[in-house]
Amino acid sequence: MVDQDINKKLDTVQMMVNMGPQHPSTHGVFRMVLAVDGERIVDVEPHIGYLHRGSEKLCEGEIYVQIVTLFDRLDYLSNLNNEMVFCRAVEKLMELEIPERAEYIRVILCELNRVASHLLFIGTFGLDVGAMTPSMYMFRDREKIQSMFEAVTGARMMHNYIRIGGIKNDVPDDFIHRMKSLIVELKKGLEEADKLLSFNEIFLARTKNIGTMSAKMAIEYGVSGPSLRASGVPIDIRKDHPYSIYDRFDFGIPIGEIGDCWDRYYVRLEEVRQSISIMEQALYQLPDGDTITPTRFLLRPPKGEVYVRGENPRGEIGVYMISDGTDKPYRVKVRPPSFCNLMTIKDLLIDTYVADAVVILGSLDIVLGEVDR
Amino acid sequence: MSLIIDVGMRVSLILGLLTGLSVVVLSLVWVERKFLGRIQMRMGPMVVGPYGLLQPVADAIKLVAKEDLLSPWVDRIVYWIAPLAVFIPSFMIWVTIPISRDIVIRNMDMGLFYIIAFSVLSIVGLVAAGWASSNKYAVLGGFRAAAQLISYEIPLIMAVLGVAMLAQSLNLQEIVNQQDTYVYALVQPLGLLIFFIAGLAEIGRTPFDIHPAESEVVGGPFVEYSGAHWSIFFLAEYINTFAVAALTVLMFLGGWLLPGLSGGAITTVGVLVFFAKTYLVILIIFWFRGTFPRLRIDQLMSFGWKMLVPLSFLNIILTGCYMFYGWPAWLMSIISVTILASVFWLVSKRMNNTKKEYTVHIYKPESLEVKNAG
Repeated sequence: MVDQDINKKLDTVQMMVNMGPQHPSTHGVFRMVLAVDGERIVDVEPHIGYLHRGSEKLCEGEIYVQIVTLFDRLDYLSNLNNEMVFCRAVEKLMELEIPERAEYIRVILCELNRVASHLLFIGTFGLDVGAMTPSMYMFRDREKIQSMFEAVTGARMMHNYIRIGGIKNDVPDDFIHRMKSLIVELKKGLEEADKLLSFNEIFLARTKNIGTMSAKMAIEYGVSGPSLRASGVPIDIRKDHPYSIYDRFDFGIPIGEIGDCWDRYYVRLEEVRQSISIMEQALYQLPDGDTITPTRFLLRPPKGEVYVRGENPRGEIGVYMISDGTDKPYRVKVRPPSFCNLMTIKDLLIDTYVADAVVILGSLDIVLGEVDR
Repeated sequence: MSLIIDVGMRVSLILGLLTGLSVVVLSLVWVERKFLGRIQMRMGPMVVGPYGLLQPVADAIKLVAKEDLLSPWVDRIVYWIAPLAVFIPSFMIWVTIPISRDIVIRNMDMGLFYIIAFSVLSIVGLVAAGWASSNKYAVLGGFRAAAQLISYEIPLIMAVLGVAMLAQSLNLQEIVNQQDTYVYALVQPLGLLIFFIAGLAEIGRTPFDIHPAESEVVGGPFVEYSGAHWSIFFLAEYINTFAVAALTVLMFLGGWLLPGLSGGAITTVGVLVFFAKTYLVILIIFWFRGTFPRLRIDQLMSFGWKMLVPLSFLNIILTGCYMFYGWPAWLMSIISVTILASVFWLVSKRMNNTKKEYTVHIYKPESLEVKNAG
């Protein structure tokens, strides 16, 4: 009797905390309405759409050559991978043959972009758990990659470099030499981050066994990319359904054990190493030749539909395109990896702490430009 | 007439202390930004003044000149008192912290007690700031601050108690003078470690910057403050940092004493020695900030209650035995170092185990061969 009274008096009150869209660690304009009981999260209501630009609809009004620039702006941290998947879709529809050299340069730059994206993830993930130095180290290395991109494509971010049928222009003369020295620097920088952050006791305490995503849950939600592999599912489109020339390289798929935040972090770190190894092999094999199969400016792919998927830094990107034989696509649908990965957020966050919410969201590595499109 | 002189003396002393502390804070801000910059391969501030020396001054002017934004739902009285409730205790403890032999505003026999009693008061300010801001992040931050500061007060006091037992005094002058032959860091490495860690938690610096955590509660209790009010919190934070470093130096590292320094030179050169030692300790604090992530609040609590509190009790028992049985100082050092070494060994063993345990497998399907290599 007495105990019940005490319980009544000590009952806690839930508080609604609106996290985002202006919050330093929601990685863009994502908004979560958290119902918290003290520090514990009881309920989550994610809101997306603050960066909706109607990209898919815009695609219907542009000619094929212009759409490449729209794909740049989906996942703005891995522009080249996005360009590549769209160009592959059109090429598949038109049954275009791509010159060997163009394929190699595409792969090298895509892997470089994957490295840049993962480096940014490592840095911002460090910021999420409160370590400020890794982000500086990672931005230093990413800056080198960006200048490499600038030298090759002419732009630091929105490259518009991969074109339908090949690439815009051949790489500069000293490309191989610069890439080799860049790879050496990247390896060194990555080891620094590994030493500084990965096995730090506090970092482990903050990320190990936090936000555990079982393989079953990951598959059910359609999670893809490093977040899926961290749960122990070895699915990588570059291996399972090799596109472009990925079947020519020897690389492994890093897979985690239990799918917690640390696994998601370390799988990405390990993937950087694998990407570097792919780049090294591709640079070694890089053939001479043309870089583009000439096409008409006003492309008119044959009537039909096509679905193409590729492995982005964040997971599996799919492009479903219907062509009605005109110079503009009838419909373009993008399956963005971030969007599907983000759907797990509610299940992952409930019954964790507010501080974990930031870490878990960070470990999913979302890009809002892609989630909202 | 003498009353006027007396009051004038006191006011000028307080103003002098305020000015001195402000200069120290400005220097700390500069040192921190430069040092963090070096850790992160940046230059730090370089534009304002030579090597950016005037950057903190420019920041201070900017802060004071800023508009003081006020949310309409704020509880105004509490909101305006809170910065003072944080600042005044952190300022008051400097009344009795000496910077060299006999260079102190008021030497108290109960110095350490006074310092601890005042430093606890700042919790009230943080909670009040969080509550009055009428912001949910601020409330979360304020509660975090309350939990963190109260629970780390215990190991802090226990570590101080060990020193007080050794010196048989709470007077900081006396404590430093007692370290003439050997510094207390040698006798009480455990106490030093506990005091330093608990002190870091008390001032809320990395890895214990949980209540102002930018990536979680966006600045915690300070989220709604701007301009001059915010700068008062800022001032208090840095004065506290300096105080923790200074107390570490005074209680464990021999204060202004230096081997080979004796006679009248102690008073004058001692100031330099004291500041050199204090800034070294502060650099360690900044170094932590550059390299450590942040703990979570429950991990912080369990670390405090399950690790630091028992260790601090152990430290007191050891000190008691040392005092009671009259052990030689070296035996005490050996025992303390052994305990520390075993704790470190256990931790590092666990870390190595976790390193072996935690890894990512590289999966390579057998069927895929390298085609076209070379």
